[in-house]
Amino acid sequence: MAVEVKIPTILRTYTDGAKTVPGEGANLAALFDDLESRHAGLKGRLITEDGSLHRFVNVYVNDEDVRFTGSLDTALSDGDAVTILPAVAGGSPESGVAGGSQNLDLVRADPTR
Amino acid sequence: MTAGRSGNRARAIVAAVLRLPAAIYDAIIAHARRDHPDEACGVVAGPAGSDRPERLVEMLNAAGSPTFYQFDSGEQLRLWKEMDAADEEPVVIYHSHTATEAYPSRTDINLAQEPNAHYLLVSTADPDSVEVRSYRIVDGVVTEEPLERTA
Repeated sequence: MAVEVKIPTILRTYTDGAKTVPGEGANLAALFDDLESRHAGLKGRLITEDGSLHRFVNVYVNDEDVRFTGSLDTALSDGDAVTILPAVAGGSPESGVAGGSQNLDLVRADPTR
Repeated sequence: MTAGRSGNRARAIVAAVLRLPAAIYDAIIAHARRDHPDEACGVVAGPAGSDRPERLVEMLNAAGSPTFYQFDSGEQLRLWKEMDAADEEPVVIYHSHTATEAYPSRTDINLAQEPNAHYLLVSTADPDSVEVRSYRIVDGVVTEEPLERTA
């Protein structure tokens, strides 16, 4: 399934500055594997080590947040538009962020960027 | 000029001033006061590459919390698409701290993912005065910058 993927500013270091890149896959997980084959390092910014979507990365297929459509199992069709956006979030010093600090570390897990 | 100096300069964030029109500055404070004790958040959009904050967009704090904020994912997508279509970008991303000072928390730093944005913090901890400060947050490095309320 050939789709178009919109890349946010902070991840364009993996796409030579391109705002949009083509990709393919039957579902989102397959698409991320396909993207990784041409844009090494990108997948690690989207998926945690346990294989789930990063908590603070939003992915949409045709404007639908994939958290509501099966996350990485979300099926793709030819011509779908996939958008990746970093969540805009933060907290005050005592917040401790529900979900634990390991989620925060994962956002910045890649020391190369 | 030594090699070390030029290397440092290459990594340095360009020193900037955030000039915020008074009407927007005041509206952000009003938003923070209105949502107190929950954290308020939003964006000031401007023409891409201009560094001019021109259009205030108050966002819903989907976390609805006094210690955390997160844009609603659907609302964020709509705004980001709107900005893209208008050749705008998020020049300022603001949020409030309602019990602590206007300085980025570790959470703020870890989650800052818009390298071109000015991160504006408003503290409503003191009911009699308000603290507003601006920062760049890039790769975990916080750089405070001067903030001007312009006419």
